[in-house]
Amino acid sequence: MTLTRERRIVSSQATPSLPRHVRIQFDPVRQAWSVLSPEKVFWPNDISLDILRRCNGSTTIGTLISDLAAEYDAPEEDVAGDVTAFLQEWSDNLLVKL
Amino acid sequence: MSELLLPPIGMLAELTHRCPLQCPYCSNPTELMKANRELDTQTWLYLFRQAADLGVLQVHLSGGEPTLRRDLEQLVAGLSSRGVYTNLITAGVGIAEGRIRALAEAGLDHVQLSFQGARAATTERIGNNRGSHEKKLETARRVKAAGLPLTVNAPIHRHNIEEVPDFIELALSLGAERLEIANVQYSGWALVNRDALMPDRASVERQVEIVEAARERLRGIMNIDFVTPDYFATYPKPCMGGWARDAFMVAPDGTVLPCHAAHTIRSLTFERFGDRSLAEIWTDSPAFNAFRGTGWMQEPCRSCDRREIDWGGCRCQAMAIAGDPAATDPACAKSPIHARMSMLIEDALATARADGSNDATTFVYRRIAAVQEPV
Repeated sequence: MTLTRERRIVSSQATPSLPRHVRIQFDPVRQAWSVLSPEKVFWPNDISLDILRRCNGSTTIGTLISDLAAEYDAPEEDVAGDVTAFLQEWSDNLLVKL
Repeated sequence: MSELLLPPIGMLAELTHRCPLQCPYCSNPTELMKANRELDTQTWLYLFRQAADLGVLQVHLSGGEPTLRRDLEQLVAGLSSRGVYTNLITAGVGIAEGRIRALAEAGLDHVQLSFQGARAATTERIGNNRGSHEKKLETARRVKAAGLPLTVNAPIHRHNIEEVPDFIELALSLGAERLEIANVQYSGWALVNRDALMPDRASVERQVEIVEAARERLRGIMNIDFVTPDYFATYPKPCMGGWARDAFMVAPDGTVLPCHAAHTIRSLTFERFGDRSLAEIWTDSPAFNAFRGTGWMQEPCRSCDRREIDWGGCRCQAMAIAGDPAATDPACAKSPIHARMSMLIEDALATARADGSNDATTFVYRRIAAVQEPV
């Protein structure tokens, strides 16, 4: 079996980005932020949205975690756990590129 | 209806019934429309603007074969200018060089490409079109070259269920992000051809194991969506996420329906865009309100704790098998006639054994005026 692709695993040096087929968009009808992807629409909560907005291809996950910990005044290790789990799940669903 | 009416999220636009393929399980109605019944460009664009105003975020451009519409680039551009996510559902046969790139430039977001078989001979036999497999492979390459994400759609039935491992390999080799292993739903042409298409239980069970193992192995590499076969199910699917709950479809002539098989429920009357606005149809149409929410339900649905999980299942399947569109979907183990599903499987397999039809000789291929709608 020929596997040209591999599962990516979250690391603090990775610089996640959104693939072209995933976009964050404000929905004026529902007055809410949506994430559009093939066949699916997501309604992210505030923290998910803050993570996804930082998936710009240049911010490392380490920096992303420090920024969010400062912004939410939360312990960095708690934020790290949440962010790692979130990004791994979204990467596994091919909605975030690591 | 007591529930709060929410705006629709998704819309399936069947732009045309014309198609170069003749798949015997096509979800189009058996009474196909000719090109002269299709909405013109300006009317589709007007409809799309109303859809966006109404809250539609994703439009699936389908058919028939949507690329037969020469104005497809214009339609995509119209949707894209409103931020609507566009998904092209294509058979990938006969698409002119440069067209996929032009669609990408018009703002197309995603392509779903069907394969009738994982092997060329199967694809050609099921779609009744020689050379179609090669053309599909070429379309897949063009989709990737245009930088678009690709979903491979594989409709599964008796004649290709053993190719499921090959479908997985094919989708991987084409660089697809997603693969849909979609067991055929028996409405439209598939209902006409049910005896010729129904797989046996052992093949279905093998398929489930193969798909589950592949999903595990390909986590983070390729997503596999598995549309399980209703006739072998314990619980029904929440068809369309619930009748008129967050999606609807539009037929080539502008008729607006809650799902692509809803016309088989003859007691309902469906309205056309133009006679009324999309918003009026979505909120007020008696056909949309007929099975919305849970108020219409009979027992065992009415008191079932899954009533807001599967929304009673598929109304069209209830119509087709129970003869009552308000009955519990017979796919549900709680349906009083659930046993009929197993009988229909046995009947189909017995018929196949009797006439030796493990080849495709008994298919009623999809074409205009090939068959009358079963009533």
